[in-house]
Amino acid sequence: MTTLPYERLTYLENFGHSLRAASYLYKPTSAEQIGETFQFAKKNGLTVTLRGAGRSYNDAALNGGGIVMDIQDMNRILEWNPATGVIKAEPGVTLQKLWQHVLPDGWWPPVVSGTMYTTLGGCLGMNIHGKNNYKMGTIGEHVLEFTALLPTGAEVTCSPTHNGDLFYSIISGMGMLGVFTSVTMQMKKVHSGLLQVEAFPARNLHEHLNAIAESAPVNDYTVGWLDSTATGSGLGRGQLHTAKYLHEGEDPEPRKTMQVSYQTLPSTLFWVFPKSIIHYFMAPFMHNPGVWLINTAKYIASLRKGQYRQSHAAFHFLLDYVPNWEKAYGRDGLIQYQSFLPKETAEDAWREMLTLSHKRGMPSYLGVTKRHRPDKFLLSHAVDGFSLALDFKVTNKSRASMRAMLHDFDRIVLEAGGRFYFAKNSETTPETALRFLGKETVEKFKALKRRTDPHNLLESDLFRRVFGSL
Amino acid sequence: MPETKISAATPLQARRTAIVVGASSGIGAALTRKLAAEGYLVAAVARRAELLASLCNEINAAHGETRALPFIHDVTDYDSVPSTLQNILQTFGRLDLFVYNAGIQQHVKLDEFDFRKDRAMIETNLLGAMAWLNPVAAMFHHLRAGHIVGISSVAGDRGRIGAPAYNTSKAALSTYLESLRNRLTRRGVTVTTIKPGFVETDILRSAPKKNFFWLISPEQAAEGIWKAIQSRKQTAYVPAQWGLLMLVIRHIPSFIFRRLSF
Repeated sequence: MTTLPYERLTYLENFGHSLRAASYLYKPTSAEQIGETFQFAKKNGLTVTLRGAGRSYNDAALNGGGIVMDIQDMNRILEWNPATGVIKAEPGVTLQKLWQHVLPDGWWPPVVSGTMYTTLGGCLGMNIHGKNNYKMGTIGEHVLEFTALLPTGAEVTCSPTHNGDLFYSIISGMGMLGVFTSVTMQMKKVHSGLLQVEAFPARNLHEHLNAIAESAPVNDYTVGWLDSTATGSGLGRGQLHTAKYLHEGEDPEPRKTMQVSYQTLPSTLFWVFPKSIIHYFMAPFMHNPGVWLINTAKYIASLRKGQYRQSHAAFHFLLDYVPNWEKAYGRDGLIQYQSFLPKETAEDAWREMLTLSHKRGMPSYLGVTKRHRPDKFLLSHAVDGFSLALDFKVTNKSRASMRAMLHDFDRIVLEAGGRFYFAKNSETTPETALRFLGKETVEKFKALKRRTDPHNLLESDLFRRVFGSL
Repeated sequence: MPETKISAATPLQARRTAIVVGASSGIGAALTRKLAAEGYLVAAVARRAELLASLCNEINAAHGETRALPFIHDVTDYDSVPSTLQNILQTFGRLDLFVYNAGIQQHVKLDEFDFRKDRAMIETNLLGAMAWLNPVAAMFHHLRAGHIVGISSVAGDRGRIGAPAYNTSKAALSTYLESLRNRLTRRGVTVTTIKPGFVETDILRSAPKKNFFWLISPEQAAEGIWKAIQSRKQTAYVPAQWGLLMLVIRHIPSFIFRRLSF
């Protein structure tokens, strides 16, 4: 133990800058180096956590006192077939690199997150969804095949029909079963670089969820912004954005709109302010009255309905509009609480939660709603219903009371038959996880873990926190 | 290995963490109590297992949760330091504060010249400190953060008639800490040298002469050290009036100092 690589020690944070852990950072560029790192970890009694872009809101990519294997340097696109839309890439390829590679040929990733900076490895480890979850499912549903290196040293090839149990568990397995070394995916054919977008308001939670439920079947994408500071009769009000792909011929200049340069988000606001500095101007407003003001203004602006065409990138990657926006939350950062609820119980549960957050003086600063459908993956967060993601500012003073509130939220969600997402919530307890996953799923996950990782080399802070005692 | 389970760190349960080496009694025990009361998670490192266990139990019972974890370790077992440190880092996930407090004094009579006693003091007070400070400094250097506190002594400010090796060990520790400070400040690491005066600890209780003044309890010492930690002081005399007194003592010319009886 005397030869620990102190020179690799570094503090890594969660995306919200609200948690940090000291780790030995490795950046492998090949499967061989991943294997060597596993060997080193085993020899020195260390554990290994996988990290992509570090965009998880919790401790999924943190490993205090252990090794963090950052796979971002494994970022080659290995094969691309513009005729079939099948792409093979390494796990460090970001969604940005992916769409920029395929769009000029008339394809788009079938599922993307709200930011384009996530990596394929991270997206598959958490089995992300997009604003089209109810229609296209999770990203894992579009994987034709992947190869993964297990901590045992074995390299496995998995598809829905070959090694199916590993396929449906390594995807969604939080990087705890193996390391993706290549991913083969089917892209979605598009006939334009633009989407037909519609924006309209919802006056309260009931209207909000009804609007999502009604819009989803007739649109390719549906997403809601929820004014989480509104109270009383306006509780749960917000704005919906729906989008449809353009059919062949609807875009007179598809070649032009599918160029990467056409998709690029502007780098300045009002043509003068560099966007990279906007978060400094947001920071002074990041308190309850300031956010109420911003949300109210945004809601009033949203009362004007709109119909327009927007580029894919501009529609999808809302989180990338203001670079480093999360830094506006200040020194103690932010957390996100996302709950997934059946369509029958969602309204009552969220009404109770939003009311509780106002009563306790800790309103969320940003709310986002989506429509979902169940999937077949082992650690699934999906339900036939809706999700609500709530961002909260962390302050030193409110830590304990916010934790108590989130545990009350957990109780409400569990009673309403809801689920959670391991890329988001940071305070989920083992008991909560056991209850929403079910004993059978947890046992199956543990059995697979014993098989692929008999020495427990792959462990993250998230894994220890939630599954360590289960 | 710690037996008690600590709750996982989360954004809403983020805790600062500290190591106190030499935690079983005296200033170390008081400082461990103080840090735990301030919300730190403390790795209490010491040789005497029973004392350490009862200290940690007392602290954890008082706070209703685990805030102090015992790590049994003899500071003169230099080779086991890196693994103990790694063990603590793995348990805590981060390290904000490191305190080296281990220290012994073996009293020598004015006509006694004993290498074994001198060696024991150097091994615990200085070499033990170096064995810990090197890997801790390496960690903090690369992490670009952290706070190192060394409990030295006013005794290191002059070589006195009654305690050659003890004075040497503390003088050397102070100098070593100064060097570390000069190396690590540019990496965002703070190094604080604490120079306590007379504190009611085992060292004093075993002293042949009892002519102490400005005597303080270990708890009072811990308060003073905590203040110095908070204000990220470079050097702090505890209590502060020792700073003035030692300024005078440091300037007493040798031809007088040779004739003094302390």
